[in-house]
Amino acid sequence: MMALFCAVVARDLRLALRHGADTLGAVLFFILTGTLFPLALGPSPDLLRHMAPGIIWVCALLAALLPLDRLFSAELEDGSLDQLLLLGLPPSLVALAKITAHWLTTGLPLLLAAVPLAIMLGLPPSTLPVLLAGLLLGSMVLSLVGGMGASIVLGARRGGVLLPLLVLPLITPALIFGAAAIDAARTGLPWAPDLELLGAFLAAAIPLCPLAAGAGLRAAVE
Amino acid sequence: MSATPTLVARTGAFFHRYANPGRFLKLGARLQPWLTWPALLLTLAGLGWGLFFSPADWQQGDSVRIMYVHVPAAMLASAGYAGLAVCAVLSLVWRHPLADLAAVEIGPVGACITALCLATGSLWGKPMWGTWWVWDARLTSVLVLFFLYLGHIALIRAFDDPQRGYKAAAILALAGAVDLPVIKFSVQWWNTLHQPDSITLTGAPTMSSSMLWPLALSTLGFSLGFAAIVLARTRAAVMESRIRSLLSSPRRRADATQTTLQGDAA
Repeated sequence: MMALFCAVVARDLRLALRHGADTLGAVLFFILTGTLFPLALGPSPDLLRHMAPGIIWVCALLAALLPLDRLFSAELEDGSLDQLLLLGLPPSLVALAKITAHWLTTGLPLLLAAVPLAIMLGLPPSTLPVLLAGLLLGSMVLSLVGGMGASIVLGARRGGVLLPLLVLPLITPALIFGAAAIDAARTGLPWAPDLELLGAFLAAAIPLCPLAAGAGLRAAVE
Repeated sequence: MSATPTLVARTGAFFHRYANPGRFLKLGARLQPWLTWPALLLTLAGLGWGLFFSPADWQQGDSVRIMYVHVPAAMLASAGYAGLAVCAVLSLVWRHPLADLAAVEIGPVGACITALCLATGSLWGKPMWGTWWVWDARLTSVLVLFFLYLGHIALIRAFDDPQRGYKAAAILALAGAVDLPVIKFSVQWWNTLHQPDSITLTGAPTMSSSMLWPLALSTLGFSLGFAAIVLARTRAAVMESRIRSLLSSPRRRADATQTTLQGDAA
């Protein structure tokens, strides 16, 4: 079962490598929207330092939403989703494999791109570890919740418009705690409680989201 | 044999008694007046008492009277979503057809009452807090609940096959139910602007009984009204699907083709 799971993840990674532009698109979107904020707000370093946690988190959420739309729908269209579900893996594990691949191809690159963006927005380097730890947990939560949302809207009319409407309200706690942790680190307050709450959210999402996503996938191919 | 499947099966059989649309329509027609008229009377009595005869608050003055609309709306906003979650369980576990139809109808009613809760809260906040809106934990979590309602409404109508929409929306309703405890406990976890609960199950209410009684009446009236509207809409939906299946039944279509054939022959 583990081998099958890894094979599904590896297949998705290979697909992402061969369509490199799609993967890079999300990261480019992240950097571009991030650079729009100083242009719109003015280049005052003090203001930007204040807003940097929120800017980075919101841009990361929106960038990670972009490829979610295609997470399952491409497979549903060409029929390979039926094949994936016939592999012998439970649907929830198929969903988890696709979600893992989404995180590896979107969440990880965003994490790397967040460092230069944070420095450009003037966040002090001492807060970078907290930013990265928060984004690490938060991007996993986003992949899990987003994967659930993507499987639910599978086959809907205007699924691409529906997806953010469903995912963004559910993801608000991660945004609140993630941005609060960076803010706490910047002002010298204890940041561990916020990260722990984010971790608790992730711990709840890991078992529950793939279950719901699996149910969504099964309903989509019925 | 373990006990669980028989229990599940037995509960399912109980619920499925009313899956029969004819039986549901008969029961609904009998229930409807018992919900509608008490709802109207209690709401009018509660609001009339609250707005005209109950005392003004010593601190807040007359603006406290918004409470008689705001509190019932807030309770029903959460209760309505809890109802959606119950319908989701009924639909996913027992594939109950009425639960699906009820979920379609609860969504818009719940979204309206959540909007009413947000609007009255905003009107109350302006004179008391000096601002229409603050990003307080209670306010934000109710706003998220409103978005969850909107997502549910959009999702359940987004599929060409209604069964797919029911199933997807049921999964979403269960996932969104995590917001309910956050709303409930937000005033205790984050001690910000919104006041904590005045009425609890265990303690004595921190409110004078001259305000508690009209509040209880209007809450009961609003709840019955919510139930009455949902029941009426569900009955209408059942009748609508009956009419649609009658209109598109093969026999009728056969009749129609026969008539055209005869017409052609003539």
